[in-house]
Amino acid sequence: MRENLHRFFRAARGVGVHVSPAESIDAMRAVSQVGFSDRDVLRDTLLLTLAKSQDEKLALGDCFDLFFSQPEPQQEQPANDDNAPQEDNQDNQPPSSEGSSDASSGEPQESLGPLAQMLLSQDRNALAAALANASSAASLSDIRYSTQRGIFSTRILDAMGLQRLRDDLDNLAATNPSLAERLRAALDGLREAVRDTVSQGLALYAREEAENLRNEILRNAPLARIEPRQVEQMRNLIRQIARRLRERYSKPRKRQRRGHLDVRRTLRRNAAWGGIPFLTAWKRKHRDRPKIVAICDVSGSVAKVSDFFLLLIHSLHEVVDDVHSFAFSSHLIEVSDILESKTPDAAMAEIMSKVGFGSSDYGSSLEDFEHDFMSLLTPQTTVIVLGDARSNNLDPRADILKRISERSKRLVWLNPEGRLAWGFGDSEMPRYATFCTVVRQCATAQQLERAVSDIVATYQ
Amino acid sequence: MANQKPSTAIEAVESGLAAQGYIASRQIATAVYLSQQIEKPILVEGPAGVGKTELAKAIAAWRGLKMIRLQCYEGLDEAKALYEWKYAKQLLYTQILKDKLGEVLGGAQTLHAALDQLHTFGDVFFSKEFVEPRPLLQALEQPGGCVLLIDEIDKSDAEFESLLLEILSDFQVTLPELGTISAIAPPTVILTSNSERDLGDALKRRCLHLHIGFPEQRLEERIVESRVPGISQNLRRQMVGFIHEIRTLDLKKLPSVSETIDWARVLVLLQAGELDTEMVKDTLNVLLKYEADIEAALPQVTTFIAKAARHNVFG
Repeated sequence: MRENLHRFFRAARGVGVHVSPAESIDAMRAVSQVGFSDRDVLRDTLLLTLAKSQDEKLALGDCFDLFFSQPEPQQEQPANDDNAPQEDNQDNQPPSSEGSSDASSGEPQESLGPLAQMLLSQDRNALAAALANASSAASLSDIRYSTQRGIFSTRILDAMGLQRLRDDLDNLAATNPSLAERLRAALDGLREAVRDTVSQGLALYAREEAENLRNEILRNAPLARIEPRQVEQMRNLIRQIARRLRERYSKPRKRQRRGHLDVRRTLRRNAAWGGIPFLTAWKRKHRDRPKIVAICDVSGSVAKVSDFFLLLIHSLHEVVDDVHSFAFSSHLIEVSDILESKTPDAAMAEIMSKVGFGSSDYGSSLEDFEHDFMSLLTPQTTVIVLGDARSNNLDPRADILKRISERSKRLVWLNPEGRLAWGFGDSEMPRYATFCTVVRQCATAQQLERAVSDIVATYQ
Repeated sequence: MANQKPSTAIEAVESGLAAQGYIASRQIATAVYLSQQIEKPILVEGPAGVGKTELAKAIAAWRGLKMIRLQCYEGLDEAKALYEWKYAKQLLYTQILKDKLGEVLGGAQTLHAALDQLHTFGDVFFSKEFVEPRPLLQALEQPGGCVLLIDEIDKSDAEFESLLLEILSDFQVTLPELGTISAIAPPTVILTSNSERDLGDALKRRCLHLHIGFPEQRLEERIVESRVPGISQNLRRQMVGFIHEIRTLDLKKLPSVSETIDWARVLVLLQAGELDTEMVKDTLNVLLKYEADIEAALPQVTTFIAKAARHNVFG
């Protein structure tokens, strides 16, 4: 059963519950207290010791049900398959023992391999145990991809002694055809049971790896060119990134004892001891709350990147609560309220219907910004511009960008295009870049995460 | 206890807590049983008012142990949670013992000799006499064990969490001047959290994680029954049904068990026989704590009462 628990831990990791060795030890201790007899108690126990949040509890509960439901269908599987032969058995056996001779039916039985004997005697428990042993011998918990199903089935069957069974079948076919027929039927049942076991194993253990692989590919895929079916996955990924950034940055770290002695507070604190400074108080470093103004190009291919960027920046409430977002192509509007009040899909649709699909005009959009929203900028503000800086040969108005840069703490330009393309054709990137604190390429989820992470980190 | 069957032991926990007026679900009872058996703290999460703090009180009352409560808040630190030196007493004693010190040091010829002699006293002024134990240290020093309730751990700073780690895993603390102090009897530790911020993995790893949500209707009726005995069965069903309907609304703060109990008391006080629209509207402020919530719920009151009554007939 210990073995089973270990496999359950692996399965738990598969559904995304973090199980460290220490936690598995705790869970083992807890389980040894409650025992295996009462399934509900066992379930509660594992949920208590392993899961660390409500989401994890749900996931782990499902995993538990799947995992421990395994033995039952397995036992029924041979039972169902065996039921039919069993009736045959009743019909066949008596005549064979009465009609021919006791010796002839007894002898082949003894010469058969253990698997064949097990199948013939319909020892369900022994079969289930043998199947479980063979699964662990074939290290079924290492299964990762659905394409491995065949090889694992073969391995399990080999471990159970299929070779010997084949020999037995060949022998029996000559000597005792009816017995061979029964054995063949039982073997088919066994194959089915093995196939089910492997599928179950795949569902239990492979999820983690497949998810990781998919996410890895997704993280490095260009945001502008992902397929519609991947949009939802990408949204999930962005949410994960947001959660990670939140966890990293939402706990304010105190920067104490870095600066100078705070004389006033020290004296006040030590008034009780006649001003003798037993306890020292230090000046704390003042930290700015993050203030972000995001200006996003929503024309053409940049739109999708802007979509994900806005989703990310607006899911960081705990870290940055002061975000103003603007979208533009030919002119510029504020979109913060739309993003706050609607679902990502609806918000993006509304934004696109208002300003999207135009040919981008950076000059007039910057003019709009300077005219209406310049007062938002304070020395604590980080301005993020997301766009390809392709202004269709219109006046880029870099002078406005210069003023924006002067009024704010930092000006970060995120460009979805590769560096090679900057400055070619109608790209005004080099001209804008002179006024930016940082210019970076931002085409994939990974680059997006790094860019936002760096921006937030400057406020820590 | 060890040779008792786990399921009966868990039932014993359930009935023990019930005797204190705390109706525990099976999961809660399992958590309490396990924390006792493998000596691990319980981290209780859930919305406000579902009885997280009550659980600790009930355990303390049931086992007849002292309950030590540490309320967490932003800025809570070692000096308030763990221990503090009694500075005033130290100062006072140095003043009183001045002459004595002079006597002892009088024999010394040189400064060096005086210093050597001073060293032989050891750390008289940094001994246990001068330590003011705060809740965490108090909990470790209880000879018969105790229930230590660390309330609303999510309100404290991340640094404080790290301070707790040693206590939670080994039931000991290390004071730089005194060395390591181990618990005389390991206390039962309950931590509560409203999930205001995510707790660190290190802390979570050391605890059994218990999530208490809003109870099911049956369980909640039993809770009301045990807490407000004066209420009739009919009214109890209706009001719990009504509250369950309210919880389906999208409100800023959903009414939790503590509000249910308060409302039951109010209804008993008003000698209500059954729910009627007027009375519910008048007392809705007991259940809902935001003006916007009350406004959202008001138009639904009649429907909900009808639904609750219907549920009553069939269920």
